[in-house]
Amino acid sequence: MSNILEINHLTMKFGGLIAIDDVSFSVKKNSITSLIGPNGAGKTTVFNCITGFYKPTVGEILLNSKKQFNLERMNDFTIPQKAKVARTFQNIRLFPQMTVLENLIVAQHNKLMKASMYTLKGLVNAKSFLNAENEAKELAKYWLDKIKLTDRADIEAGNLPYGQQRKVEICRSMCTDPILLCLDEPAAGLNATESLELNSLLEFIKNEHKISILLIEHDMSVVMGISDKVVVLDYGKKIAEGMPSEVKGNPEVIKAYLGEE
Amino acid sequence: MSSKKNFSLIIKDLIFTGLIATVLLIPIVGFRTEISTVDSTGLTFNYNFIIAFFVVAFVVGVRFLFHIYWFSKIQKKPQENSEKNKKKFLKKLNFYLGAAAAVIAFTLPFMPFANRYIVDVATLVLTYVMLGWGLNIVVGLAGLLDLGYVAFFAVGAYSYALLATTFDLSFWICLPLAGILAAFTGILLGFPVLRLRGDYLAIVTLGFGEIIRLILLNWYEFTGGPDGISRIPRPSFFGFPFARKSEDTTFHELFGLEYSTMHRIIFLYYLILILALITNFFTMKIRNLPVGRAWEALREDETACRAIGINPTNTKLTAFAIGAMFGGFAGSFFATRQGFVSPESFTFIESAIILAIVVLGGMGSQIGVVIASILLIGSTELFRELEQFRMLAFGLAMIIIMIVKPRGLLANREPSILLNKKNE
Amino acid sequence: MEYFLQQLINSLTLGSIYGLIAIGYTMVYGIIGMINFAHGDVFMIGSFVSLIAMVLLGVGTGAFLPLALLIVLLAAILVTSVYGWTLERVAYRPLRGSFRLAALITALGASIFLQNFVQVSQGAKIKPIQPIIQGGFTFFENGSMVVSFSYLQIFIIIITVILLSIFSYIISKTPLGRSQRACEQDLTMSKLLGINVDRTISITFIIGASLASVAGMMFVLYYGVIDFFIGFLTGIKAFTAAVLGGIGSIPGAVIGGLLIGLIETFWSAYFTIEYKDVAVFGILVIVLIFRPYGILGKPEVEKV
Repeated sequence: MSNILEINHLTMKFGGLIAIDDVSFSVKKNSITSLIGPNGAGKTTVFNCITGFYKPTVGEILLNSKKQFNLERMNDFTIPQKAKVARTFQNIRLFPQMTVLENLIVAQHNKLMKASMYTLKGLVNAKSFLNAENEAKELAKYWLDKIKLTDRADIEAGNLPYGQQRKVEICRSMCTDPILLCLDEPAAGLNATESLELNSLLEFIKNEHKISILLIEHDMSVVMGISDKVVVLDYGKKIAEGMPSEVKGNPEVIKAYLGEE
Repeated sequence: MSSKKNFSLIIKDLIFTGLIATVLLIPIVGFRTEISTVDSTGLTFNYNFIIAFFVVAFVVGVRFLFHIYWFSKIQKKPQENSEKNKKKFLKKLNFYLGAAAAVIAFTLPFMPFANRYIVDVATLVLTYVMLGWGLNIVVGLAGLLDLGYVAFFAVGAYSYALLATTFDLSFWICLPLAGILAAFTGILLGFPVLRLRGDYLAIVTLGFGEIIRLILLNWYEFTGGPDGISRIPRPSFFGFPFARKSEDTTFHELFGLEYSTMHRIIFLYYLILILALITNFFTMKIRNLPVGRAWEALREDETACRAIGINPTNTKLTAFAIGAMFGGFAGSFFATRQGFVSPESFTFIESAIILAIVVLGGMGSQIGVVIASILLIGSTELFRELEQFRMLAFGLAMIIIMIVKPRGLLANREPSILLNKKNE
Repeated sequence: MEYFLQQLINSLTLGSIYGLIAIGYTMVYGIIGMINFAHGDVFMIGSFVSLIAMVLLGVGTGAFLPLALLIVLLAAILVTSVYGWTLERVAYRPLRGSFRLAALITALGASIFLQNFVQVSQGAKIKPIQPIIQGGFTFFENGSMVVSFSYLQIFIIIITVILLSIFSYIISKTPLGRSQRACEQDLTMSKLLGINVDRTISITFIIGASLASVAGMMFVLYYGVIDFFIGFLTGIKAFTAAVLGGIGSIPGAVIGGLLIGLIETFWSAYFTIEYKDVAVFGILVIVLIFRPYGILGKPEVEKV
């Protein structure tokens, strides 16, 4: 039970196109695993299968926490709710007209809905609900402190610069209280300093919160710097798996990235 | 040099505009077809070329003004910080307008100029305000474009009419029942369709609205068909009827007043005012609760909502049902005020008017709905002879507002929760 | 049986009209992904222009009926396509790239505007016109039961077939059609490849409006009476046809049109005429719930 996520024989077809072809790998508890590969290798499709946005054609996706979940059978919105898997998106998907704080509070929706007794307690300003709301605010503040955006909490998320939006999106996922965090190209569009900050944020999440991370990334400084394990996809197939240093020298991987010859 | 070039470009553009306007307007406006008075079978023309010409000239003139505006806008430099100031200004404006509206609304019936007609018009305006606020939950907060909102108004009105006439229940029992029935209809209709994408949802709700109207029109045994339901009991003042004479104690006897028909009119006015205010306060409150925030999040990005564990269908359903419930309340008020309901009060155009009120006022803006209702409903009631131009202006205003200010006239979103209170 | 045959012929005629309008919905949806809510009213404008042209030429009283009808047809196409073009230019183009509901709301506004524009300038009364094309074939007679194919119905079906042939030639063989299809696939990429996207969209609206105007002329001839409100119901039915056939698919629009014609005619013939519109709305709702991509459309894979 040391694996938090096990993917077995995952296959996804769109019509005649095979986007993922019999891919199996696992994510160890409390580790950072990177999924890399050239464009169109099927990385995001794997993510979409894990988080329930796509239903895989064949295969099983097991999540081991206190009990075992078959993610491939679950709805997209029950996965973060029950199985505690959170994700971010390749092209940032914050709620742009809502403030940064609101973004982080909305992420605690299910918890707050229960606390407000499905709005009834909220309507009468019940003490227990107000306490829960304050706690939610504290959690949001904790993460905002972490990314040094506390003083920008009340501005619209859409008005933040790109790099900060990326971080807010990661914090929003963290506010859903996940045990597995799936990040789709978190370093895309970040400059060198921001990349470094991202690295330390991810390390912090892993070490202090004991959360496992699965990430898709092109930025090798991020991948090689923090990954415990790297899985390489090409044309929907897994071509290599191992420690960053092992993968780096793998001829198959070099071929996939640089082409034949 | 460049201004000369600009000038000739503008002239060319104006000529082009004139040509297009001529093609558009001369046939439809210039040749008005009338049924021939000679043999009463064929059609003849009434030639309106002069009017058509003036309309063409008007269009060209507007286009010219547009050019001037554009030119002056380029000259001006964009101001720093204007966005923030604008927000502050809007916030202040919303506040003062709201306060003024509240004061006027409460004192109106006792103003010296307030005759029966004015109170009646104000009651009608308030009915639309309430409907606008109800629809604002669905469209403004949850971002679900509902083109069949009048269906819930109809369900409320008919529920009230049927309950009151067949079971002889009092207004205060029928009102919540009508609201619950409307909410239930909302859930029933919403459940299968709320996972549809925005524009499909709009068309389906339009379809539902029309289906409900056609059923009301054709199910003779139940709804009375096109004749509708009449002799709906009027509301009483908590059991004390508004009548000159009655077996029970009447309202004027209770308060020792001289009998006047105005009493009921004023009572109805305050009734809708309070119903509308309940809608308003409920909306303002629920916006700051988790469910309200989830509605807004859904409006912004449904995919992201699913990724953070929000059940989109259920959340949309609550918005739909609550919106429907307020529509139902307004419907039962409508039924008791008119004393009569028939399907022709619930056509698609009513849905369009309510939507226009929400859109023009500013989606999500509560005071915007009030102002839009006064402009759209009040003004046309006062200028009856311009009735046919009203909808023309409506349509045009919807287009212009969407282009110039897609979020509506007074749209200004207040955060539902703040971290740094001092930041304002 | 005779009754059935007669209804089949009637439904084919009605279906042609719906099909022509449905193409306009489906093309616009295919290229910019919005429901052109005002398209039904563009059709209504087409019917009014036809009516005015007919009265102006005195069609039906003089000789040269085919020539007169051709002139009416061209006038309707010309004026209505300018309406289609203006609609896109004024109401939709400034909102391209704005949030999704904005365009739908302007479309609704445009629909209300056009209806009331015609109401104000032409009056709210219905406009009747004398039958212009009369007579027909009778190919079956059995006592009181007659199956006839009127010249008018033949005219409508032939015109529809001719228009559809020209139209599919344009779409599949000409550079114009190619750029139209390219824009349907990917607007941004087409722009990068040097296709004049604005022009292509304008032409899409012009073609849609032209086809709708022909449908409008047919409507005048077939029913002999119009008013400013016909666009609402006819438009929704045609939209239902487009959805039923698979929105975005042009053959789908035609098939959908014929199916809606069939359903409406047979529902009125065999069930209740009062609920015929409920039947169409019901189909719209059911199709959207269970098969939103229609008969010929492909299910959309959500991009995350």
